[in-house]
This record gives sequence, structure tokens and C-alpha cells, in this order.
Amino acid sequence: MNASSTRRGSAWWNDERSRELLFQALIIGVVIAVLAYLGHNATVNLRRQGIVGGFGFLSHEAGFEISPALIPYTPADSYADAMLVGLLNTLLVAAIGIVFATALGLIVGLLRLSGNWLVARLALGYVELMRNTPLVLQLFVWWNLLRISAPGPRAAWQVLPGVFVSNRGVAFPVPEYDPGFRWVLAALLVAILASAALARWAGRRQARTGRPFPVLSAALALIVLLPTVVFVALGAPFHLDIPQLGAFNFKGGVTVTPEFAALVFGLVVYTAAFIGEIVRGGIQAVSRGQSEAALALGLKRRHVLRLVVLPQAVRTMIPPLTNEYLNLAKNSTLAVAIGFADYFSVANTILNQTGQAIEAMTLIAAVYLSLSLGLSLLMNLYNRRVALVER
Amino acid sequence: MRSLKRFGFAVTAVLGLVWGDSALAGPTLDGVKSRGVVTCAVNTGLAGFGMPDQQGDYKGLDADTCRAIAAAVLGDAKKVKFIPTTTQQRFTVLQSGEADVLTRNTTWTLLRDTEQGFNFAPVTYYDGQGFMVAKKAGIKSAKELDGATICVQPGTTTELNLADYFRTNRMTFKPLVVEKLAEVENAFFSGRCDAYTTDRSGLAATRAGKASNPDDYVILPEVISKEPLAPAVRHGDDEWFDIVKWTIYAMIGAEEKGIASSSVDDALKSEDPDVKRMLGVTPGLGKALHIDEKWAYNVIKQVGNYGEVFERNVGSKTPLKLERGLNGLWSQGGLMYAMPFR
Repeated sequence: MNASSTRRGSAWWNDERSRELLFQALIIGVVIAVLAYLGHNATVNLRRQGIVGGFGFLSHEAGFEISPALIPYTPADSYADAMLVGLLNTLLVAAIGIVFATALGLIVGLLRLSGNWLVARLALGYVELMRNTPLVLQLFVWWNLLRISAPGPRAAWQVLPGVFVSNRGVAFPVPEYDPGFRWVLAALLVAILASAALARWAGRRQARTGRPFPVLSAALALIVLLPTVVFVALGAPFHLDIPQLGAFNFKGGVTVTPEFAALVFGLVVYTAAFIGEIVRGGIQAVSRGQSEAALALGLKRRHVLRLVVLPQAVRTMIPPLTNEYLNLAKNSTLAVAIGFADYFSVANTILNQTGQAIEAMTLIAAVYLSLSLGLSLLMNLYNRRVALVER
Repeated sequence: MRSLKRFGFAVTAVLGLVWGDSALAGPTLDGVKSRGVVTCAVNTGLAGFGMPDQQGDYKGLDADTCRAIAAAVLGDAKKVKFIPTTTQQRFTVLQSGEADVLTRNTTWTLLRDTEQGFNFAPVTYYDGQGFMVAKKAGIKSAKELDGATICVQPGTTTELNLADYFRTNRMTFKPLVVEKLAEVENAFFSGRCDAYTTDRSGLAATRAGKASNPDDYVILPEVISKEPLAPAVRHGDDEWFDIVKWTIYAMIGAEEKGIASSSVDDALKSEDPDVKRMLGVTPGLGKALHIDEKWAYNVIKQVGNYGEVFERNVGSKTPLKLERGLNGLWSQGGLMYAMPFR
């Protein structure tokens, strides 16, 4: 507390604390007044035009088809169901996009630092080309390439037995679902948990005794072998659902549409260019003395990178990386331009079918806000773990 | 970026609903008069209905409807401003007051007429939804489309009719939904979809304007819906609604009376009391609509009667080659019928 605030005799508006409170109250009051005015104005305008407001429309029948849909959906389902289908499509694009963009970005970043002049220049060219052209243009290019270069479904290329590439997408076989798969999945989960425990134990032991343990190969063996054993023990219930050419499209199996492929591919190669620069920056931020010292200790080059440089680089990389993930998630709304039914596209259609502009816009904003905040929360948690602990 | 810009447009339109006041406060007519221009929301590019020509001048049946309104209200068919809109933006642009009237091949439906807050003027084109396929696919009927991929634009009655038709006939389909008309057409012509569906007039326009060889494509015989395309205005301004409504009746009425843009000056000397009232020789109707007595004269002189507008934009001498059919006068077996001018 400030000494002046307790002094008697001075007017209250000269008191620093009460003045702060007054200004804060004023600002909050103004914000509330503006929001109330806007809300009131919108309500009056809508009523004057006889538009029925509210979110009641969400339970009405949607009446339009969506493809692809990850969950069973028919036009007889509600608008809320349609939104869920769109949301799942968006989440799928964001999840796959983030994983692949990170992997590709890491590779690009390392290549940028390569001692090989040609490789480093090629990586630089890639980064500059991707970063300096509009994403929507890139998406159109990928989409048109996929659509025009591939033949119609009747003349589809069979690249592998049962895998067909046509302008309707890539159709490939998937195993038919069998109740036994749940046990295989459980075995896989157990194997992963066991590997994690093994890694902890090995780390502790190495710290204590200095003896290394081949964690990677042991974990791999565990993760591959355990589910396989369970699978064989169940009698190997394996049937492939192979795509068959129907009258128009492939039936059976799973089809990745050109729109989905173009969107994910476009987002990945675009975002990877930015991530590559973050990786390069992060690595260059680790002082050369660190790797020189590690080399002097006799560590192999790949160990230097994995054990000394990357763990320190990751610290500086996480905050800007979070930004790129958020960008990728939000850029996925460009799906609307190339005909992929993401959340934004479906919500836009609903806006149009129902005329509930304010409600639909609110829902769009709410979903992307939650998606972004959720992503940042996860990244912040991770950041707290890897950040330097300052004492 | 284009689609971002378009989304931005929709956002501005929504903000218009939140902030907006000026466009909704007074009657639309006052706004139009003070601005000196009628603002119409039109298609981004549909041959025969609303599409800019090489000079950037909007041409088509919908564009001419807009010009007719300008002629009636401001006495000059050139005092128009066109806002190109996609299927998704059109209603928000009208709701927010950015446009005075929506003349953009829009289907008149109950929900749009009520909950969504619009009033529909008389139909300017009676249409129906159909399918177009590549001739080499050998499809003769829409009933053979089970399992097909179908290109369609979002946020349209088309999208809903399509789902209804396949549900009724117990068939399945995969939609490819693309907002921009040019992109959905590209997707169809590149073979990404087995069929393209929209209003049959739109199919004819696309085939005539965009196909590398129009003869390679056929429009299937099934008409799966009624699509009465009509101009729309906002709820709550009856004065403006009346003006838009009677502008269209003036065009139809003129054709009924055999008055065309070339003969309207002679018609001023007509002894027919109906014609005298319509053209303002006997005053009264203009005053009732709160516009100039010469309103209908200006519409016919500067834009033409309905038949002229039809033939100029979509008729048999245009690439669309559409028959009058349902859009003929009632006296010739069509549905075009003007209410009495008295």
C-alpha cells in the first residue's frame, strides 16, 4: 500500500488507489454500455425485420447432405448434428496437419542448417516460395493438380493391389471391424504404457550407474510384438474391406477425397516452411560452445543433436510454434474455397439456410476461439515443463 | 484470399445488423432518393441473369429488373449500383441494409418469406431444378444417379432439393459443395463430379458459357423442384415493397398491352384508359406509389417490357436458348399475369 493513500486530509480523487478503482469501474461500465447498446440495437433491428432469433433452430432438420462425414449423418439429422460433422472434419484436418507440419518443419529446419550448400539452398528456396505466396492460391493449385492430373474413376490407376487413384480421391482397403480388435487395441495401449515405464526406469538407471539401456529397440519390440501376439491368439480375424468400382464411385474401403488431401497437404507444406524457420532459429540460439563441448566429450554427432542441442532449442521454439499451430487451425477455414466440408463451411451453409446470421457467426467464433485457446493451453502446459526453471 | 475477402464482406454485413441504423430507420425509398442510386444485390456471374460483360457492365434478366426499379423510382435506368454476391452472402447483404433489393435468381420459399425476414415481389422467372451430366456417361435419367458425386453450391434451395430428391427415391449421393460458381463449374467440367445440379436456366447458362464444347453435355429430363425466382426486399417497408412489386407488373402489363420500348411513345396517345393510367397520362398511380407519374413509362422506355427483357437476356436468340414456356404471358399458356392498373 502506498503511503499517500493513508494520509489524512487529501481529497479522495487524489488518492491513487481509489482513482485506479474509479477508472477501472469507468472502463468496465463503458464496455458494458457499448455491448448493451449493440445487443439492443441488433434485437430491435431483427424484430423490425421480423427475424426470429435464438438458437432453437439448431434442433431443426438440416435437410442437406455432407460428405465426407466421420460419423453417420443423413439429411434428416439436425443442424446441430451437421455442425458436429463439420467440427470433426476440422479437428481431423487440424490434428493431421499439425503432426505432419511439425515433422516436415523439423526436417526443413535441419536441412536449412545443412553443411551441404545445395541442400541448404534448396531448403531456403522452399521456405521462401511457401512463405511468400498466398495460402489460398497454393490450395487452389494443389486441388486443381489433384483433380486434373488423375483420371476418372473408371480409368483409375491401381497403384497397389486394392489402392485406386482417381479424380474422386485415393480409395484404399481397410480391415473390416472385428470385436477382437478391442483386445488388440488394449494390448497396444498396455505396450505403450510399459514402454514409457521402461524408459523412466532406464533413464534412472543410467543416471545412477552410467550404464545405457537400448530403450528404443526394446520399446519398439514391445509395441509391435504384444498386439501381434494378442491378434494371433484371437485367431487373426483379418478381412480387408477392398474398394470396388460402383456405377460412379468406389464403394467400400476408405476414400480420401482430393479436397481433403489438397487442404491437408497445402496446410502442411505452407506451415512447415514457417516451422522450419522456427526450428532453425531455435537451434542457432543454442550457443556453439554447447555442441563443441559435447563433441569434445566424445558424443556422436546425432547424439549431440538429440541430447544436447534439441532439448535446449525446444525451449525457445515452443512459444512461436504455438502461434503456427493456431495459424494452421484457423487457416483450415480456407477449406470453404476448395469444397471441403469443414466446420466453417457447414456453419456458413447453415447460416444461409436459416438466415440466423448473428447466431451462426457467434457459433463460428466460439468454436474457433475454443479450439485456439485449447491448443494454446496444451502448448503452455508443455512449455512450462520444458522451460528453464529459474531459481 | 478471395474467400477471406468474401467472408469479411459477410462479417461487415453482420456488423451492419449490429450497428446499422440508417438503412433501416427510414423507408428505403428516402434512402434511394437521397443517394440517387438503387443498390441491388446480384449474382457474381450467371450468364443471362446477372453477369458483368467485358466492359464490366452487368447484363441479364436480374440486372434489368434492377434497372427497371431505378427507372421507376429515379427516372433513370442507369442509376444503379450492383453488389455481386454469392449464394451465402445475398441474404445478409439485404438484411443489413447494404442493398435495397435482392435481384439475384433467388427462390421464393415460405421460410425466407417469414422467419428470414423478406418479402418477395412477383416472380421474374419460373424455373425448376435439374441435372446436367456429360453425354459420354450415357445417363438418360436422374433416377440412374444412385451413388454419384454431385456438384452443388452451398446455402441454396438446390442443396436441399437435391437431398430431398435422393431421399425420396432411396438413393445415395456424395455432394461436392463449393461456394464460388466458377469453381463449382470447373469441378464439374474437369470430371470431379458425375453431375451438376442447379436451376435448369442456370444449367443452360453454364453449358452455353463455360463448357469447351456445349454439345458434350446433356440436361436430364427430370425437373425435381419448383424454383420461382423472384426479387426480395426486407420486411417492414411496405412502400418500397409496393414499388418493386408494381415495377415488375408494369413490365408484364406492358407486354400484355403490346407496348414495347419502341412503341411506348405512340402508346402515350392511346385511348385505352388502362394504358393511360399505367403510363401516367391519367395521373394517380404514381402518386399512390409515392413516385413520379411517368414511372411505368420510364420503365418501358428505358428497359422494355417483360418479353423484350426475356428475349434480350435468355431467349431463343441468346446462347441460353430458353423457350418462354412457363414464363410466357397467361394468355399464351404461361404464368406471367399483371394485376390491374387502377
